[in-house]
Amino acid sequence: MQTQALEGGFADVAVDSAQAFRAAMVALARPGRLSEVTGAAPPAPLSPAAGALVLTLCDPDTAVHLAGAHDCAQVRDWITFHAGAPLTEAARADFAIGTWPALQPLEAYATGTAEYPDRSATLIVEVDRLAAEGAVLRGPGIDGTARLSLPETAAFRANAGRFPLGLDFFFSCGNRLAALPRTTQVEDS
Amino acid sequence: MTAPCNDSAQKGETMEDYNFAYLDEQTKRMIRRAVLKGLAIPGYQVPFASREMPMPYGWGTGGVQVSAATLTPDDTLKVIDQGADDTTNAVSIRKFFERTAGVATTEATAQATVIQTRHRIPEAALTEDQILIYQVPIPEPLRFLEPRETETRKMHSLEEYGLMHVKLYEDISQHGAIATSYAYPVKVEDRYVMDPSPIPKFDNPKLSDCPAIQLFGAGREQRIYALPPYTRVESLDFEDHPFDPSKADHPCDLCGAEDSYLDEVITDDAGTRMFVCSDTDYCRARRAAGHMGARGVPFEEGAA
Repeated sequence: MQTQALEGGFADVAVDSAQAFRAAMVALARPGRLSEVTGAAPPAPLSPAAGALVLTLCDPDTAVHLAGAHDCAQVRDWITFHAGAPLTEAARADFAIGTWPALQPLEAYATGTAEYPDRSATLIVEVDRLAAEGAVLRGPGIDGTARLSLPETAAFRANAGRFPLGLDFFFSCGNRLAALPRTTQVEDS
Repeated sequence: MTAPCNDSAQKGETMEDYNFAYLDEQTKRMIRRAVLKGLAIPGYQVPFASREMPMPYGWGTGGVQVSAATLTPDDTLKVIDQGADDTTNAVSIRKFFERTAGVATTEATAQATVIQTRHRIPEAALTEDQILIYQVPIPEPLRFLEPRETETRKMHSLEEYGLMHVKLYEDISQHGAIATSYAYPVKVEDRYVMDPSPIPKFDNPKLSDCPAIQLFGAGREQRIYALPPYTRVESLDFEDHPFDPSKADHPCDLCGAEDSYLDEVITDDAGTRMFVCSDTDYCRARRAAGHMGARGVPFEEGAA
């Protein structure tokens, strides 16, 4: 392990994670709303926003799957040191992190069971661009409609169609994040 | 009483012996994950590993744990118990977070960013900048109809809610109307039947399409559930017996409000009674603005 893995965690764990959680909760409760998170400085290619989510939500109780280029020694070491989360394959993951192409196929992830739909994976999708434009969102958390730049729409429509089963998504770009829970109905703009 | 009451939350009195907001970080992460899944599946009860808190079960340990995992140092906390800011439970929980989290507290609904509540929704309309956290005793709406958790879980998964309608029908056949007056079951986004906690059914319409985030914590029963903002919440009823969010047919005796939920207070041994707003902040603000009920007295700053 290089010393780089030891750096970049929250300076004030309790306060930084409380603020990061508020940003994540508001994002998930209000799909399409962009939130800013600060405090984490993870190694590339993990974005600061995705790093903050890991520090806030992941620990030895949650299995994390790193997809594609994110599955590198620096990111593995950083997550292992700061969160202590076991790294695993897609099917067993509580959280999965990667770019949209790297995270495919979505069928690999747990979508919960009929009696426990909460036992489903949360995907943290690293995107190059995140803006409140593009696909039209409707559903709980949204007053009328909202818009969010999504990598595609068909996959999210299929995901919403399986409600109450399904996956929940965070999108991270730099220190900004947005979210799309399984309840959101997505249409092309 | 003036609205802000953070006199005991001076920096020097915040307890440094505990982690911010009392709970350890791993517990908060577990609660936070449950809250997120709850928001993703509105009305579904997410199991969580409820902790022992320094207060007994039944005193709001579920709400306190959700509040502890939600609060940031920038928040302003309000705690109400049956609408009142000045009852033992509300005062204790407010002081608990003043000391363990150092957050500002208030009694004014409009100034609060996080409101923990036992069995009421404030009369003042909530905003997008607020989070309402309910203390829940029995989170399972079907529990008194079916005691087995394995069966109620199956009923939720199969969307099998006939038993609840039979219960409401039996109310009508025995009493001529749906007699359930609090913890009145609701259906969330046409999917999960949910217990709104023992709020009066008068408050049920405020659950729906609410701009604020609503979180529910049941400590003893170890369940968290949630309603994202602008979620459709319908009270169960029948076409020929529509839902009726009733209240005492009386104006508030102190502030004269016709639209607020009222408590009936017995004032002597001869059965004399008066009706007063259950929401003390709403009543106080109205009296401060010059409204007066049949038995009210002119509002004085600092008076009860």
